[in-house]
Formats: sequence, C-alpha cells, structure tokens
Amino acid sequence: MAAGKNSTAAADTIAMRRTTAAAAVGEAQAEIGQTMLRRGRQSRFWWLVPTIYILFLMLPIYWLINMSFKTNTEILNTFSLWPENPTLRNYRVIFTDPAWYSGYINSIIYVVMNTVISVAAALPAAYAFSRYRFLGDKHLFFWLLTNRMAPPAVFALPFFQLYSAFGLIDTHIAVALAHCLFNVPLAVWILEGFMSGVPKEIDETAYIDGYSFPRFFVKIFMPLIASGIGVAAFFCFMFSWVELLLARTLTTTAAKPIAATMTRTVSASGLDWGVLAAAGVLTIIPGALVIWFVRNYIAKGFALGRV
Amino acid sequence: MSFSWMAWTWPTATFFIVIALLLISMGVWEYLSPGGNPRVGVLRFETTRGDRLFVSLLGAAFINLAWLGLVGPSLWWALALSVIYAIGVFRSV
Amino acid sequence: MKTWNNKAWFMVLPVLALVAFSAVIPLMTVVNYSVQDTFGNNVFFWAGTEWFEEVLASDRFWAAMGRNLAFSAIILAIEVPLGIFIALNMPRRGWGVPVCLVFMALPLLIPFNVVGTIWQVFGRIDIGLLGRGLYALGLDYNYVNDPIDAWVTIILMDVWHWTSLVVLLCYAGLVSIPDAYYQAAKIDGASRWAVFRYIQLPKMHRVLLIAILLRFMDSFMIYTEPFVLTGGGPGNTTTFLSIDLVKLAIGEFNLGEAAAMSIIYFLIILLMSWVFYTVMTNYGTEKG
Repeated sequence: MAAGKNSTAAADTIAMRRTTAAAAVGEAQAEIGQTMLRRGRQSRFWWLVPTIYILFLMLPIYWLINMSFKTNTEILNTFSLWPENPTLRNYRVIFTDPAWYSGYINSIIYVVMNTVISVAAALPAAYAFSRYRFLGDKHLFFWLLTNRMAPPAVFALPFFQLYSAFGLIDTHIAVALAHCLFNVPLAVWILEGFMSGVPKEIDETAYIDGYSFPRFFVKIFMPLIASGIGVAAFFCFMFSWVELLLARTLTTTAAKPIAATMTRTVSASGLDWGVLAAAGVLTIIPGALVIWFVRNYIAKGFALGRV
Repeated sequence: MSFSWMAWTWPTATFFIVIALLLISMGVWEYLSPGGNPRVGVLRFETTRGDRLFVSLLGAAFINLAWLGLVGPSLWWALALSVIYAIGVFRSV
Repeated sequence: MKTWNNKAWFMVLPVLALVAFSAVIPLMTVVNYSVQDTFGNNVFFWAGTEWFEEVLASDRFWAAMGRNLAFSAIILAIEVPLGIFIALNMPRRGWGVPVCLVFMALPLLIPFNVVGTIWQVFGRIDIGLLGRGLYALGLDYNYVNDPIDAWVTIILMDVWHWTSLVVLLCYAGLVSIPDAYYQAAKIDGASRWAVFRYIQLPKMHRVLLIAILLRFMDSFMIYTEPFVLTGGGPGNTTTFLSIDLVKLAIGEFNLGEAAAMSIIYFLIILLMSWVFYTVMTNYGTEKG
C-alpha cells in the first residue's frame, strides 16, 4: 500500500520534471526562432545555399525517377528531361515477378530483425556504460567501437564458413546477426549518449520508492529516452538497409536482399535500364518514410545524443 | 557442426592463448588494485595500464610488420625489440 | 560520478556475445589463414610469414593504400568545409527546418549499391544527365575510360552521398548555442568571422570530431559505391583497399594473401580508431 503511494509520488515528481523540461525546451526554441528572424533580416539570401545544395542532392535522384517511367527504347534512343510516353511497365515487372518483389520482402525482414535485436541488446549495455564503472569498461567500449570502424571486407572472408557451420546460410537471421557487428556498437554509442543526459537522481528516487530494476527500466526510464530509442532504431535500420557486402555474402536465393537482386539482374539480362531504375526508386522509398518519422530528432541522433 | 575451416595451427593458437592470458591477468590485476594506476606520461594524456597494454600490443604488431617489410623473415629480433618497446611503454607512457 | 559495480557486466553480456560471435571468430580465422596456404577443401599448409612479406612487398597493395589515403584526404577536404558552410546557412526555425533535414538526409538512406547505380545512370555519356550535359558543354567526359573522370565522378558521388552527415552533425551543434551568446557578440560588435571563430566553432568542435572520425573510417573502408560505379577501373585506377581485398579473396581465391592483407588493413584501422578515440575522449574530459 505504502509502496504504491510512493511510486505514484515518484511518477508525479518525474512528470513534473518532464513538464518543466518541456517548457524550457519550448522557450529555447522560441529564442532560437527570434535569432533566426533577426538573422533572416540581416541577409535575405540565407535560403540560397540550402536550396542549391538540395537541388544538387535531388538532381541524380530525379534522373533515376525520370528513367523509371520511361521505356528502354526511350532511355536509349532519345534524350528527354521528362518521360515523353510515361509508362508503368517497369514497376509492373517488379510487382509481378517474385524474383524481384521477394527481394524487398527479404530486405525488410532482416532489417527489422536486426533493428529489434540490436536495440534490445544495446539497451541494458548502454545503461551499464552510462551509469556504472566496472572492470575494463573503457576498453570494452573501445573494442565495441572498433567493430563499427572495421571494414566488412576484412570479416567477410570467413563469414560464409562461420555461418555455414551453424547452418544459417541463406536465412534472414544470418544477415540480421551479421549486421549486429556494426549496428550493436552504434546503438550502444547512441543510447549511452541519450541515457547520460538523464539525471541520475531519477534512478535513485525510483529505487528509494521501491521500484525493482526491470520495472523502473520499462516504466520510467524507457519513456524518458524514447527519442533516443527511436534514433538508435533509425540508425540500425539505416545501416542494415544500405549494407550489401555481408548481405550478399550470406545469401543465395531464399533470403537474397533487393540490392543483390539488382546487381545480379544487371549482369544477367543485358541491362534492363528501366526496371533497374524502378527498383532503385523503390529502395529509396522506405528510407524516405523512416526519415519523415524521426525528422525532429535526426540532428541530435547524428550527434550520437551528445551535443 | 565442424570447425575444421578455422584451420587452427599451434603457433596461432599459442598466440591467442597468450593474448587471452594477458587479458585475464590484466583483469585480475585490475580487480586486486582497481583504478588502473592512471597517470599522464610522455604522450601528455592520461593512460591506465590497460591503455599501456593496448599501445604495447599494437606497437608490437607494427614493429613486427616493419621488420618483415624492411629486414627479413626472422622475427625473433623483432619480438625482442617489441618486448623492449613494451617495457618502455609501461614505464613512461 | 559513476559508481563501481562489477555486476554491470551482466548487462553487457548479450552485446558481448552478439558482437564476439561475428567479430572474434572471423578475426581468429583470418589470423589462421594468414600463415597458411590452401588449395580448397579445408586442406592447409604452413606458410609462416610468407604472405605478409608478399603483401608488404607488393606494389599492388601500396598502390591501393595510396589511392585510399588520397581518396579519404580529398573527400575530407571537400566535405568538412562544405558541410560547415551549409550548416551555418540552414534555417533554425519554421517550415524550412524539416524540409531541409528530410531532403538532406535522403541520400544517407539509399542502399550503397543504389547510390552507385544512380551515379552510373547519371554520369553515362549515352543516357545520363551529367554525362550528356558535360558533353554538350564541349567537355571530353567519360568516366568509363578516363581515370581522372572516374575519380572526379567517385568524389562527386561521395560528396553527394555523405556531405549531409557533416551538415546534420554541425547543425546539431549549432542549434545548441543559446541566443544569449549571439546577443553578447552583437553588443561587443563582433564580426561575422569572430562569431564563427569564438562562438560557433567551439560548439561544433565535438560533433565535428565525430563527423571526421565517421567520414574518415567509412571512406577508408569504401567498397560498394565505387565497385558498382567503376568496378575498380579503368584499369586499377579506382581499386581501393576493400575492392582489392574482395578481388583477391573471392575472385582469385588467394585466401592466405587476402588474410594477410586483411590483418594489415585491420591494424591500420585499429591504430586510427585509437588515435581518434583518444583525442575525442580527452577533449571531452578537458572541457567537461
């Protein structure tokens, strides 16, 4: 009974802290806005640089999209800045041929598996690194980071044998586990940064109020670093989605990622540029969707939670 | 499950056993006297004995490689040089 | 102050097991391969340090290393100043912020080989906008045959792909500067340069270090993008270390030499990560 009362009290304190923090953030943002307004009056052309840069970024992507709506004859024989006879034929090929669309499904399956495994394993480890000192902690952290820095090509050599020995070749879990090599250290790094931003008093208050560690972690701590978890998941998704070397080494047919399907089709079928472009466009879409969800935290996430 | 593809040999196995023993003994040392004896050495930043071991091992690897590239395949001299280097690192870094 | 608690090891254990499985076993295997010779079927012959000598004496290895270092230096010299410049000119509030962030982050989310494909179709002289455009301007551009054009295209591709990372990191540092700093600078009549040098740059120092670390390491292990774009050619002029390594191991099935090369490559990466990490952590402790 008493414990229950205490825990609600703790929750109240935490809720209060969060509202004050939110208010502070709001004020800071308003201030930044005013500065921006002032700076905006000082120079009317601030928008020029971002606009030119974004145009530079979008031009190659536009060209790919443009090509994906053309027929191969148009691509090869006429040079046009937009499709003169727009066709959906390239996309139809991808959505009707299992060899193509199963690539997307495979990619998404192992990327999601990897994201879940990486974040789930990284959460307790990041908590340990941010809250405690223990035997060899700094060296362990450095060792984890070296795995983020090591070239996959170095490890790819015996990867096939290693995963064959466990009978995991051509399964989704194999790729998901292999991508943990660089995603788990990254997730630990990001989450540690976000967790270090949470005052330690919150943990202590909760323990005094009779919270067990798992309950405290799930009920109080995880909501506090929700944005950090989102960012870590985003980065795991991103690096697993874009990686090809390990994914291609570990799969043959049943779990082959879309990226590998693309390279193989290019070499086999005499360059179907239209379908290649359409497949490329379709690989950009999941990334674009994911960015939209994390847009407000993306800058902080790239700073690994340490600004 | 077969691990013959790992192609173990006695020299490499010895190498890894030595590394493992070094790590374990460093762990025991750290457990007996925690803190890692931090100090600021010739590199002008704080190092613990774990850092010094890492610098010694990495340096030894490069010494051996340089010996292979510049002098020749008998690595015993390079090994002796590495030990001298490691002693230097542990005393002054 | 953190408390000592060796039980924290149990929380780290799952991570340790996951990473060790994919890192330690392959690394040990690579070391084993590097001292042996094989003709397949898991039959190995002792070769001692022969492979290391061969790699260290081979022009091919040093040429690939040189190309890799040159590539990293060039892209850092372009991407870091450009990233800072763009971040300084980004809006801090309003509808422009999410638009900029989303569009700028987009190239980062494209699979590496699709980045290669995009630039392949963009740069080709028969079907690409860039290739056709340069051709129309009277330039003799062809990245398939001309080494300099290939390099320019690869660098342009990397700038396109990764400058946004530097921009976003710097931007994260910039938005954390309190308005009071700018006001104080204004009262003192500080010039634009002084504001940058004494207010903005110090705030970006830490994130810039992360940006340089990530950009250096990722450019040093670059594989897929140039492989798709040029396949390492023309000739070997864009064969970077990773491409050469994969060629050697899978293309030529020269496991011993590839393993020796992997180890040298890995040791260099280890040294560089250590230098960067030490600089980064010591900078952090000095400034609190």
